[in-house]
Amino acid sequence: MRNAFADELTRLGDEDARVVMLSGDIGNRLFDKFKAKHAQRFFNCGVAEANMMGVAAGMAMNGLRPVAYTITPFITTRCLEQIRTDVCYHEAPVTIVAVGAGLAYSGLGPTHHACEDIAFLRSLPNMVVVCPGDAFEVRAALRASQQQDRPVYIRLGKKGEPVVHSGPLAEFAFGKAITMARGSDACLLSTGNMLPEAIEAAHALEKQGISAEVVSFHTVKPLDETCLSDVFVRFPLVATIEEHSRIGGFGAAVAEWLIDHSVTPRQFIRFGTPDAFFKKSGEQEYAREVLGLSGHQIAAKIADALRQG
Amino acid sequence: MNLVVRKPAGGIDAPALTRRAAELRGKIIEMSHAAQAAHLASSLSCADIVTVAYWHVLNIDPARPKDPLRDRFILSKGHAAAALYAALAMKGFFPLQELDTYCKDGGRLAEHPPANLLPGVEAATGSLGHGLPLGCGMALSGRIKGEAFRVFALLSDGENNEGSVWEAAMFAAAQKLENVCVVVDYNKWQATARSNETLMLAPLADKWTAFGWDAREIDGHDVGAVAEAMQHVPNGSGKPVALIAHTVKGKGVSFMEDDNNWHYRAPSSEEVAKARKELGLA
Repeated sequence: MRNAFADELTRLGDEDARVVMLSGDIGNRLFDKFKAKHAQRFFNCGVAEANMMGVAAGMAMNGLRPVAYTITPFITTRCLEQIRTDVCYHEAPVTIVAVGAGLAYSGLGPTHHACEDIAFLRSLPNMVVVCPGDAFEVRAALRASQQQDRPVYIRLGKKGEPVVHSGPLAEFAFGKAITMARGSDACLLSTGNMLPEAIEAAHALEKQGISAEVVSFHTVKPLDETCLSDVFVRFPLVATIEEHSRIGGFGAAVAEWLIDHSVTPRQFIRFGTPDAFFKKSGEQEYAREVLGLSGHQIAAKIADALRQG
Repeated sequence: MNLVVRKPAGGIDAPALTRRAAELRGKIIEMSHAAQAAHLASSLSCADIVTVAYWHVLNIDPARPKDPLRDRFILSKGHAAAALYAALAMKGFFPLQELDTYCKDGGRLAEHPPANLLPGVEAATGSLGHGLPLGCGMALSGRIKGEAFRVFALLSDGENNEGSVWEAAMFAAAQKLENVCVVVDYNKWQATARSNETLMLAPLADKWTAFGWDAREIDGHDVGAVAEAMQHVPNGSGKPVALIAHTVKGKGVSFMEDDNNWHYRAPSSEEVAKARKELGLA
């Protein structure tokens, strides 16, 4: 996702002189092409995220389209007040791009984990919250963010994740979920970098004779209400899947929607991280296994739930 | 390139600026009384700086508050909103009568300046330490777009407690933002205590110098000195400019000066009359 972001950003920078890149002193060599072409519009803002976010807001308030980028906790919780007050209150069209969402940087420890950011960001007025599922969704989301006159938060995984879509997403729009595979017994609503796990879960379920629909629910705010209205009618079981705390994240947003719309799900399972820091060393794959977020574990839980009816 | 032809500041008419500052203080005091709003003393300490900015330094046109080439004035110490509102109204950004709606239900003049609501307000402030980063972003947008406006940010001394101020100070120096000017309203008090007994600011000018700024100390109530310093931004040093303006909290009213109770107190009608008399407005 990371390299797709840098590449698409360079293209956007070529097309639009308002696009400015702000980095919090990360991405060594990642932005070399952008820098080579647009030196006047690249700023390494150092390890000073509060200032970086304020600078981005000031630029956006004066007609530019800044993209501010660093590791997820540092560009969300570290400078949350600047996002709230400078960016959201002023309705400044800043695109905030976070890398290492969820447990993508598991091995770096809880200082670098980010399982709370969706909860914080989606509570902020005027903010769009987007969690792309693969590199093509990253490109489409970044491009769509530049068409918005409001703040957008884009939550990336890391580099080298499986590419799920077969090509560029011409129809991509915020708040419009993408159906990846049709099914009839269960519906897996996945957001962000969990999409490959959701697809793996659907394959595992298929082997057990269970037909699962898979949806890439890339936009957590605003929710695709048309999609939600449809899937809770059609499916006896709906699951949300995210690499984020079950408190305040995507599943919580869907649960809020259910209550607000008096929709009673037949079965509703929220896959996410627990209310605890993940302190053990180990990479993302290991962390997902420990937390029950791997595709085969998701499949097993859904199969059990369907059997118990 | 969209280079502005800046109207050069004329000669400094200190007596007229002093008179204007007294009128501004009178408005601020009346607003504080009518709304029973806090932060009167903070507004009075920066009244001369605000007056010099709006009546001598800033290249602005109240009829075109969104002119891309205008100078930006950011009241980073947003709790002095009364001073900003009074200046904007007196300059004609909105009707003077609207000052009567200060802090009233449904109005545009909240206790801290709002976002995207009131002509002439460049940024919503009130949480300290936000104005300078915003100003740096505005200055860079001017550089990128070839708009040679200047950015002035008025900070309180207590605001220098905020780490984001120093993040922005290092950033502005690295980017050589010579069209950015910070004015610190150094009245030696913060909300509940002496500034230097809270977090040690002194030597404040040396700190800004060490952070890469062209810093100097001025008398923040000497309108001639303030005008002279502010009108020469950029000043040829190639550095952003920091003016450490020594001020007195509650300046202009004998019974408010250097009495920090007026950070929160609002005056009675008798005190308003007495203050106006002292200001030569009665």
